[in-house]
Amino acid sequence: MWVITLIVGVWFVAAEGILLWFTFRYRKKDGVRAAYVPGKSFRQTGWILIPCVAILVCDLAIDAFGERVWKTIKEKVPPAQLQIGVEGRQWAWTFTHPGKDGILGSPDDIVIPNEIHVPVGENVAFTLGAADCLHSFWVPELRLKQDAVPGRHIQGWFRATRPGSYGVLCAELCGVAHGLMRGTLYVDTEADYERWLDSRIAAQPASQAAAFQAAPTPAPQPAPKTGGKS
Amino acid sequence: MSEATILEPPLDPPRAAPPAAHAGAHDDAPHGFWSTYFFSTDHKHIAKQYLLTGLCMAVIGGLLAHVMRMHLAFPDRAVPGFGEVPAGTYNALITMHGTIMIFFVAMPVLLGGFGNFLIPLMIGARDMAFPRLNMMSYWTFLVSCLILLGSFFVPGGASPAGWTAYPPLSANVAYSGAAWGVPLWIAAVALEFVAFLMGGINFITTAINLRAPGMKMFDLPMMVWMQLVASVIFLFSVGPLVAGAVLLLLDRVAGTGFYNPGAGGDPLLYQHLFWFFGHPEVYVILLPGLGIVAEILPVFARKPLFGYRMVVYATLATGVLSFIVWAHHQFVSGIDPRLASAFSITTILISVPVAITMFAFVATLWRGAIELKAAMLFAIGMVGVFFWGGVTGIINGSAAADIYVHDTYFVVAHFHYALIPPVFFSLFAGIYYWYPKMFGRMLNETLGKIHFWGTFLFVNVTFMPMFGLGLRGYPRRTFDPRVFAHLGDLHPLQLAATLGTIGLLLFQIPFVLNFFGSLRFGAVAGKNPWRANTLEWTVPSPPGHGNFEGTPVVYRGPYEYSAPGRDADWFPQDVAPGRPL
Repeated sequence: MWVITLIVGVWFVAAEGILLWFTFRYRKKDGVRAAYVPGKSFRQTGWILIPCVAILVCDLAIDAFGERVWKTIKEKVPPAQLQIGVEGRQWAWTFTHPGKDGILGSPDDIVIPNEIHVPVGENVAFTLGAADCLHSFWVPELRLKQDAVPGRHIQGWFRATRPGSYGVLCAELCGVAHGLMRGTLYVDTEADYERWLDSRIAAQPASQAAAFQAAPTPAPQPAPKTGGKS
Repeated sequence: MSEATILEPPLDPPRAAPPAAHAGAHDDAPHGFWSTYFFSTDHKHIAKQYLLTGLCMAVIGGLLAHVMRMHLAFPDRAVPGFGEVPAGTYNALITMHGTIMIFFVAMPVLLGGFGNFLIPLMIGARDMAFPRLNMMSYWTFLVSCLILLGSFFVPGGASPAGWTAYPPLSANVAYSGAAWGVPLWIAAVALEFVAFLMGGINFITTAINLRAPGMKMFDLPMMVWMQLVASVIFLFSVGPLVAGAVLLLLDRVAGTGFYNPGAGGDPLLYQHLFWFFGHPEVYVILLPGLGIVAEILPVFARKPLFGYRMVVYATLATGVLSFIVWAHHQFVSGIDPRLASAFSITTILISVPVAITMFAFVATLWRGAIELKAAMLFAIGMVGVFFWGGVTGIINGSAAADIYVHDTYFVVAHFHYALIPPVFFSLFAGIYYWYPKMFGRMLNETLGKIHFWGTFLFVNVTFMPMFGLGLRGYPRRTFDPRVFAHLGDLHPLQLAATLGTIGLLLFQIPFVLNFFGSLRFGAVAGKNPWRANTLEWTVPSPPGHGNFEGTPVVYRGPYEYSAPGRDADWFPQDVAPGRPL
């Protein structure tokens, strides 16, 4: 991002500067006639084409940088210490945490609306689904954004590096209460996370997990890999 | 230089017979009031109809924006003159603002208005190739406008599904709650595209076949080139969208499942169909805007357009590239992430041909004799503001950076910076420049300059803060910022943007006064008030039915200003070599 901003910033300032300079420098003066510069010869068009070759080089540099980041974030899902299910529906997020056994889809799963807990510094893999229309799982502070598409279970990952609580937003227009659809991501220390897990397990009636089968199950066929990171 | 010395025609112009395609296209029988002003087949009247309809829609679209912005700045108060803005209404507002501004303002004004008016005049033709089709195009468009506006008043209100109308939200009444609004939206948009399809076919046929004798393709004014390429882009891209819209309508009213995963469909299919059209559409709008600027800069700098052929080739390259960038709207939409790398490269590459065109515009000013008339101010302003849209497009185009800024106010700021210059700046530039030709009178320059500086200032006051909002994580399409804790301290930026909108609307008043006042009180324009070279300035203002007395003959390109060896600093396209003016 900083690389891009720097590159395009330099170009932008140069272009606007030259535009302003030309505008004021070559205002009409009495007795001064405009020069006939049709820009046909190669010598003249060079003033355009050479900067554009430079732009091409900058473009490719931006792509090369961006490609590396993109690959890390979206294409390679690293081994994760925690698996979480995320589902968007009008207009709430449902998060499924694995219980003590660490396996999603087992009876001790913890299903909570609009609240997600993860231990700090660990890779968290998520499976993202949508129950009705498109939603987008967005945690601005974590630079994490991925659309949830009905009919697909999209894999992704993130790693939160700083404890605290962060807003979970929906970034895809999903109906009347789209603007109210929010959740909270709690990034806990390891001890806090264990304590929270224990309290949830104690609070959760045994029947609830069985009744709540809304948790996304792994996709039947290989789904496109997508994700995010801190 | 006085008018009299300018307007003398060549002594012995080689007259050619009118092209055969035109014989019988116009009867010379007297026309009644209705057939002249309403059901006219004259491209100039159709152009004015398109222009005025588009400007009326712009007023509606602008007022919708005003209501939204007032609500965002003062979310706990009713908007004066409108009332409370509940969430559902807010979604309808954003949908209709986007739809109106892109499809019902930008296209009718830039293509329907300026394209219709200028293509025949600039190439020396008596009218469009198919005048009746042209009239039908306008009336189809008007019906689509009425359907769209009518959807405000049906039960459930206008479509709240976003201007992109992504299913399943748009395909299922249970999700969106608008039983009538969405089908009407689909019908209006599809009908509008039928209208522009008729117009586009007309543009292409006319520009290629009805050029005046002697006018080679590389003698075409840049405006005609840009309209031609824009029409070709539109022609090739609109099919998938209309197909997509029909499938959506079937999903909605006939219970099919093209986009319904429960019935074996896929919502992403619609996104691909939509953006395969939707992104080229940006260039359908941008190119005519660039064309207007390309006409105005040489006239007021008294210089040839720098690198004419280079700009033509760059335009063609832009057109081709515009077809392979659509998936950059879908980096985080659930497509295979490996696709993103390829689309990131093509998206960023399109900056090269566009940069060639923009740099050529800047180079046109170099060593010129620049007169800052209102038209020129808007043209230079277009170039200046568009650079913002261009460089921020690189940030969106890079897949990795897009993850964060996607669907935030950063994108809102970016596309307003990318679309307001070609639509509104070049629209105003074009009106200040061609108004004398359209209506026979001059616009007031002082009011024009007030209009420019106010508009220029407040466009930036409105949209500059949005970059900041987006970078701080402010989502677009969020009707109440108080819901999210981290958005509370961004309120001053929202307030600034709203004040910008108010300023922007107020500074359109001088323009409206000028536009209607000058119809009556403006100075009489004469044939060629700007001493311009292109053919539309060789006929009376406003031109009569059938445009040209005889068929003009073209001897040179459109931008021969300050040519060496001539006393006059201009050299109209139809003046034979060696003849004085």
